[in-house]
Amino acid sequence: MSYFVNVTLTGLTQGMIYAAFALALVLIWRSTRIVNFAQGSMAAATTFIALALVQAGWSYWLALVVALASGFVLGAIIERVIIRPVEGGNELNAVIVALGLFVALQAGIAIVFGSSFQSFPAPFGLEGFSVGDRRIALTPNGIYIIGAVIVTMLLLVALFRFTRVGLAMRASAFSQEVSRLLGVKVGGMLTLGWGLAAVVGSLAGLLIAGGGFVYPAYMDSLIVFGFVAAIIGGLDSPVGAIVGGLILGLALSYISGYAPRGSSLVTISALVILMVVLLVRPGGLFSSTTARRA
Amino acid sequence: MAEAHGATAVSATGGTATGTRLLEVEGLTSAYGPVRALDGVTLSAEAGRITAVLGANGAGKTTLLRTISGLVRPVAGRVLLDGKDITKAPVEAMVSKGMAHVPEGRGVIAELTVDENLRVGSLFRGKVAKSEFDRIYDLFPRIAERRNNHAHTLSGGERQMLVIGRALLAQPRILLLDEPSLGLAPRIVAQIFGLLRQLVDSEGLSVLLVEQNARSALSVADVGVVLNLGRVVVTDSASALMGDEDLRHAYLGF
Ligand SMILES: Nc1ncnc2c1ncn2[C@@H]1O[C@H](COP(=O)(O)OP(=O)(O)O)[C@@H](O)[C@H]1O
Ligand SMILES: [Mg+2]
Repeated sequence: MSYFVNVTLTGLTQGMIYAAFALALVLIWRSTRIVNFAQGSMAAATTFIALALVQAGWSYWLALVVALASGFVLGAIIERVIIRPVEGGNELNAVIVALGLFVALQAGIAIVFGSSFQSFPAPFGLEGFSVGDRRIALTPNGIYIIGAVIVTMLLLVALFRFTRVGLAMRASAFSQEVSRLLGVKVGGMLTLGWGLAAVVGSLAGLLIAGGGFVYPAYMDSLIVFGFVAAIIGGLDSPVGAIVGGLILGLALSYISGYAPRGSSLVTISALVILMVVLLVRPGGLFSSTTARRA
Repeated sequence: MAEAHGATAVSATGGTATGTRLLEVEGLTSAYGPVRALDGVTLSAEAGRITAVLGANGAGKTTLLRTISGLVRPVAGRVLLDGKDITKAPVEAMVSKGMAHVPEGRGVIAELTVDENLRVGSLFRGKVAKSEFDRIYDLFPRIAERRNNHAHTLSGGERQMLVIGRALLAQPRILLLDEPSLGLAPRIVAQIFGLLRQLVDSEGLSVLLVEQNARSALSVADVGVVLNLGRVVVTDSASALMGDEDLRHAYLGF
């Protein structure tokens, strides 16, 4: 029984990170119809910025803030300079540009920060809490991860629901032409959208790095899981991204916890789950394609 | 001109007297690759009037409106609003210059609610009094009932009311409408056109109405411009066009 609880807690914590990463992908897909393959290396870049600051003696929290802010700037600049020319054009061009960016950023990180493994600090303890005489798999750092992702999501919901700029961003994402005719500065909204998505993606990168090792490609597995979570959720739906992330986190945790030699099956399992979901619901669990076509 | 409803007037006429040329199009030519959809079109829309642009499918009506609002860039010609050249102005700036364009297919944002659609239309103005929204809902009680529903649940007529209401919230001096009657029951068309007439007569709104449905359009318009294969065939008063049987048969299909 306690083993089951532990596996579930591990799954939830991981799932939260997948959810954040998936959400970053969804934000960009919704507004620019581009699957941002560079999301992982963008997050890696900002994580390395945080690491450099921590190594220079800064506190974790200050480094976190600077890293998230630089994520915003990086996302905004990438949209404005690199993505804008291929937006709304041939989809293949956008894919090639995003993949090129992925490779270029990863190489750039290796050049600037080196390609060795470096340990990244966690702001809170990594020992599970004790319940009675047992230790459970929920750690103080795990609570921080879950809390940070929930707070971020609530802030995004508030932005989109209750603010004027949030409404302008949603309108731009759904219908660029109509929004422009209504006087919305769509270009600015897309830049802002990429910036925010990069902040969320960077947060996922920083959270998963905490207490582990980072190297230029350390985000690669998260990229796979984040994509799977986003597609499970329907790629268009922020709620879907979160649910997809949690489902995937739990499923993978159960597989690695219960299946024989389960941990070696994790990546392949993610792809199997993806295939099953797409066979049953080709648009993902929360697809809104009917609404979009209307 | 009739007295405006103070702060809740739906259109800001900016003092342009009825009959003066508010929107002028001079020698406008637009092309999609080798296809010239507009070929030297010259026309004007007068303040406080409804100007109807009529023509068969493919005549260039949509291209005309899209070129006026900057969605299509012309290869030649000019667009003037109140005497000022707006040919190169960005699309996003048109509405603040006093021109609201309701595109073909209506342009509701299906994923947003009715209320959110209206609010998007007022964003560029900053804070807009609630009374202005109430005024739009008073004009279109059917969408008032559905204000918290997603726009994709609306019927065609309700969508048309929503997008016209949304355009009015911009307090435009001129409203560009692309085939508002398309796919609507005659009763709804009559209702919407009647309302337009009322807004034009009582508040000095100006309308450039593009329609394939020439009979309905001429019944509400003051002036008609007949477009064929990207060229203006004739410009005359709506009543004169109605009376010209040969022209109606040749270009207007009724
Ligand atoms: N996006 C486009 N690409 C290529 N040709 C177009 C495009 N839009 C319209 N056309 C062509 O331009 C001409 C005028 O079309 P349009 O302005 O839509 O006419 P209308 O609105 O009067 O039906 C037609 O021959 C049409 O096929
Ligand atoms: Mg048309």
